[in-house]
Amino acid sequence: MPRLMAASSHRVSFTLNGRVVSGEAEPRMLLSDFIRHVLGATGTHVGCEHGVCGACTVQIDGAPARSCLALAVQVEGADIRTVEGLAPAADRLSPLQNAFRDNYGLQCGFCTPGILMSLDALLDERPNVSEAEIREFLSGHLCRCTGYASIVKSALAAARQRREDRVYA
Amino acid sequence: MVAESETTAEPNGWVGRSIPRVEDAALLEGRGRFIDDLGVRPDLLHAAILRSPHPHAEIESIDCSAARAADGVFAVVTGADVKALTASLVVGVKAPIECWPIAIERARYVGEPVAVVVASDRYRAEDALELIEVTYRPLPAVVDPLVATGAGAPILHPAVKSNVIGERTFRYGDPDSAFASTPHRIRVDVHYPRNSCTPIETYGVIAEYDPGDNSYDVLANFQGPFSLHPVMARALKVPGNRFRLRTPPDSGGSFGVKQAIFSYVVLISVAARIAGRPVKWIEDRLEHLAASVSATNRVTTLEAAVDTDGRIRALAFDQLEDCGAYLRAPEPATLYRMHGNMTGAYDIRHVKIRNRIVLTNKTPTGLNRGFGGPQAYYPLERLMQRIAIELNLDPLDVIRRNLVPANAMPYRTASGATLDSGDFPASLAAAIDAGKLGELIARRETARAAGKLYGVGFASVVEPSVSNMGYITAALTPEERRRAGPKNGAQATATISLDPLGAVSVQVASTPQGQGHRTVLAQVVADALGLRPQDIRVIADVDTAKDGWSIASGNYSSRFAPAVAGATQIAAMNLRERLARVAATQLNVAPADIVFAGGRVAARANLDNALPFARLAASAHWAPGTIDSDLGQTIRETVFWTPPELTAPNEADEINSSLCHGFIFDFCGVEVDRLSGAVRVDRYVTMHDCGRVLHPAMVAGQITGGFAQALGAALFEEYAYAPDGAFLSGTFADYLVPTSMEVPEPVILQRESPSPLTPLGTKGVGEGNCMSTPVCIANAIADAMSLTSLDLPATPTKLAALIHGRQNEPRVKS
Amino acid sequence: MKPAAFDYVRAESLDEALDVLAAEGADATILAGGQTLVPMLNMRMARPRVVLDIMRLPGLDRIDIAEGAIRVGATVRQRALERQADLGKHQPLLAAALPWIGHAQTRNRGTVCGSVANADPSAELPLVLVALRGEIELRSRRGARRAAANAFFTGIMSTERKDDELIEAVSFPTAHAGAGYAFREIGRRHGDFAIVACAAVVDTHKARLAIGGVADRPILRELPLPGSADLTDALDAFAADLDARDDLHATAAYRRALVRRLGLQTLQEAAACRA
Ligand code: FES
Ligand code: FES
Repeated sequence: MPRLMAASSHRVSFTLNGRVVSGEAEPRMLLSDFIRHVLGATGTHVGCEHGVCGACTVQIDGAPARSCLALAVQVEGADIRTVEGLAPAADRLSPLQNAFRDNYGLQCGFCTPGILMSLDALLDERPNVSEAEIREFLSGHLCRCTGYASIVKSALAAARQRREDRVYA
Repeated sequence: MVAESETTAEPNGWVGRSIPRVEDAALLEGRGRFIDDLGVRPDLLHAAILRSPHPHAEIESIDCSAARAADGVFAVVTGADVKALTASLVVGVKAPIECWPIAIERARYVGEPVAVVVASDRYRAEDALELIEVTYRPLPAVVDPLVATGAGAPILHPAVKSNVIGERTFRYGDPDSAFASTPHRIRVDVHYPRNSCTPIETYGVIAEYDPGDNSYDVLANFQGPFSLHPVMARALKVPGNRFRLRTPPDSGGSFGVKQAIFSYVVLISVAARIAGRPVKWIEDRLEHLAASVSATNRVTTLEAAVDTDGRIRALAFDQLEDCGAYLRAPEPATLYRMHGNMTGAYDIRHVKIRNRIVLTNKTPTGLNRGFGGPQAYYPLERLMQRIAIELNLDPLDVIRRNLVPANAMPYRTASGATLDSGDFPASLAAAIDAGKLGELIARRETARAAGKLYGVGFASVVEPSVSNMGYITAALTPEERRRAGPKNGAQATATISLDPLGAVSVQVASTPQGQGHRTVLAQVVADALGLRPQDIRVIADVDTAKDGWSIASGNYSSRFAPAVAGATQIAAMNLRERLARVAATQLNVAPADIVFAGGRVAARANLDNALPFARLAASAHWAPGTIDSDLGQTIRETVFWTPPELTAPNEADEINSSLCHGFIFDFCGVEVDRLSGAVRVDRYVTMHDCGRVLHPAMVAGQITGGFAQALGAALFEEYAYAPDGAFLSGTFADYLVPTSMEVPEPVILQRESPSPLTPLGTKGVGEGNCMSTPVCIANAIADAMSLTSLDLPATPTKLAALIHGRQNEPRVKS
Repeated sequence: MKPAAFDYVRAESLDEALDVLAAEGADATILAGGQTLVPMLNMRMARPRVVLDIMRLPGLDRIDIAEGAIRVGATVRQRALERQADLGKHQPLLAAALPWIGHAQTRNRGTVCGSVANADPSAELPLVLVALRGEIELRSRRGARRAAANAFFTGIMSTERKDDELIEAVSFPTAHAGAGYAFREIGRRHGDFAIVACAAVVDTHKARLAIGGVADRPILRELPLPGSADLTDALDAFAADLDARDDLHATAAYRRALVRRLGLQTLQEAAACRA
């Protein structure tokens, strides 16, 4: 039974966007800080550190969750996905990302990475998602710029696109 | 009915089309460059701030010894240290009060900084905060602005002997005669609450000090106005050229709020100086809610002299503005930003205003989207509804009878603003028609027949943009202004550069926080030079050491589209004109016959007689000798533009407080749930005339975004304090920002009356719904529940008490 | 907003976990989904010496539906229970209440037993457990025991769990034939903690209503059946007895009014959907 002592740092490793990564963390280090400042993946943002705003949302073993409400040491061995893992290639956006660009689903873009990680999971789970379901799922995120209308539109457009891609794939 | 994006090429250019934003790809891939994402020096340290738990207390002692000795700690900074190295921040009224970025001997609001720990990381810095021993002697606190004005109230700044630190009265026309000779006096009393737009990214500062030349170098997600640059430099006791301020390329929303970071810029700069190393501070959300900044809360009595047909002859405002514990620059600007347009969209010639500024034990106030608009329009538009009810008139008729008529444009208001363009009655009529008001009224009747509490509300406002840097001096008497020297104008600047490969770069000091400035400027410049937006690179973040800027720079008062884009347009046209003359020589035609199109510069009569744009643009680098010497260079063009209409306040205290005035007419239907008292906005229609539209989708985004914030202010959000000064809204579970479940999509309607005063005919658009929507919703609630008075936020518990409270709580049989 | 320092133990067996709890007592805090604990750590409102992560304990991730009860193990996430096939058939009250817990993103991490252990007076799962008269299974080095939900919750975020005990599972009784169930809640925004939450169970001859968000813990009361003349008085008395308090989001009077009105609606709905 490992006991990780408070005063020292410990090796944590997990899969981040398909690659095994590792770094040193004290037991108290939040996953959000670990991803951003130890691993240098700054696409995941921090807006409240108490689990309300959703800016820090990542996928942990496929499920969107607040990275500010997890300790880095807790996710040892897990499969983590962040916004950096969404695009199929550096110069190509995923259908979801494209939908956000086409529908002006972002302004400052600070809330966006968390929202993308949530919607990516939602659209995987429910290809025929309705506007009501999208709004309910989105309610776990705060956006101060858009008033949400364009985000909902982006999500609906992405769902449509993903369904079409499936048909023609 | 949000404007649709257009994807087909239009012959007459890029401006006016909703092209994809150049900002988006990076933001969508997690490659944004927000302040906490940027590379830092290896010796960087991290700050955490100890804050006062008391609303009002003497600080008897601070023992930092244990904190200084703690693991990883490099410095602990207290008020005494800051006082030794800096000067008080400038205060905008003539009163003997000081304003420091940290408590000096006395704390005056919950959350006021008391000490700063600088440590190797944020975790250790926070550990050390717990080791600082502060002895406080609590003092009685006052949070209610009316109580604060009274005799016997605790005094925040003993040197002033009163909490009222400024008072001015204004008189335009002959209000007293108008009141005496008009049949009706109708009045509203309003307590407008405190709230804030709480950007999702908090404040961030990275500061370093070079003792070698006594200079500070600071990166902060500051939004402007850069009139605060001299305030910061003075506080740090260095000349402006030794205070280099830079902003990061991306900023996670601001809405005015990141103006108030400036006091933390000073504080963290001092901490870096004391620590001898660069220091970074990222504000956390608890700090942000308690102590970043708030909009002002205001107590207003507004009385109107009204004819029997609803025509308003005169208005009398009595405004008590609560700026919190200190008057922090640029306050009392919130109180004066609307000064020229206090009569809103109405033709009212007689006005008197009493303005008082009071300090209370709450967070200091500052910029916040709408800035002064919500506080001013709430009483005015509530009054319009009250006039209709008390005189038994249709509320729309009351609005119509008072609107400034189209043929009066440009219209000079009683208090000195110029309403530059628009046909308000036509916009109103178009909104009623296209927004289907008739259907909404029918919906109300059906709902009421079914026993529901359903109401319809209206609001019509003018939305000012491009602030006159001189409006704030209306807080001073004409005599004080004479002594201080004139302040006016709104310098906007833009620089366009051509590189040796002939590519075009644009630099502006507009510090966007998500508004897509880079995209819009690429459109503007592409049109001027016959290029595509993707050919233009735009930089909108600022480095005060290298870029063109003025005190009016920054992202506030909706100045981007009218002023910054306008200055950019002028710079592009200047450059184009000079390039045309160069091309004219080479193509052997007159300069007037040169056209810029499709990436080429050609003779109008023979489009084959042409040069690639890039080749022409590069020529000043490679072959300056081929350019006529009286043309100067064609490498870089910097333009400063300030509208001559923005003059200083005159002896009669008339002030053209803003350059442009858009028009907004809103109406909405709401249902109040009889069980819970919760308000549901059923339908919201918002008509905007913001002049020429540069990018329809972005305008729509500004409107839906502002609408959501305003809905929050109307129904959910409040920085609440207990009567003893305790702060109650300290987390995002207490300060309630509406989510996708609470915010419906508004119906957006538009008309375009170009402004005659701006280079592109544009006006601001970002703030309007923060001004119109809170009162529009309130009017609908008042209509639903037949309320005479209503203060925001209209919470379920407040409304339910009115719904159920009429029958008393049942007595319980025991 | 960063946690104070603590040791972290990732228990790999139940015995190990119980050893840590026996040795550390109140200095140890159990970490499961972390959706309540981690914000408290971040705000330094919780300052444990040891954080005991139980999420890798084998065998506690099961949902067993048998013998009249839905038994949910210590590491089962709320989202997993929400997705359990036919949950609404087995216990409609539980199925109705689960979507009201926070947001999907927090239910993906938060555990069912963790919510019970934290005993927030506004939380949905303790309320449902009380309404259904469920049970909590506790285990320590000293042995195992079962606690009745009604007696388990003792106040705001406090229960009668001893410091050395671990909640191994909670059991929700399955639906009775002939009984109707309903859940209603009013909060400020979607996903917020309840200002008032009501869980009702109605069968042919009795009705009971549990109220969350008002008293310092969920409170259950037997009430006259909907439709009977004395229900209104009984609800009034219930509302008055709950010791409602004012807070930022609602006054005590508002809460009492909702108990009476929403409570009545919930009972009526339960009666109407009696199988
Ligand atoms: S930063 Fe994690 S939810 Fe706000
Ligand atoms: S785009 Fe700025 S917070 Fe959502």
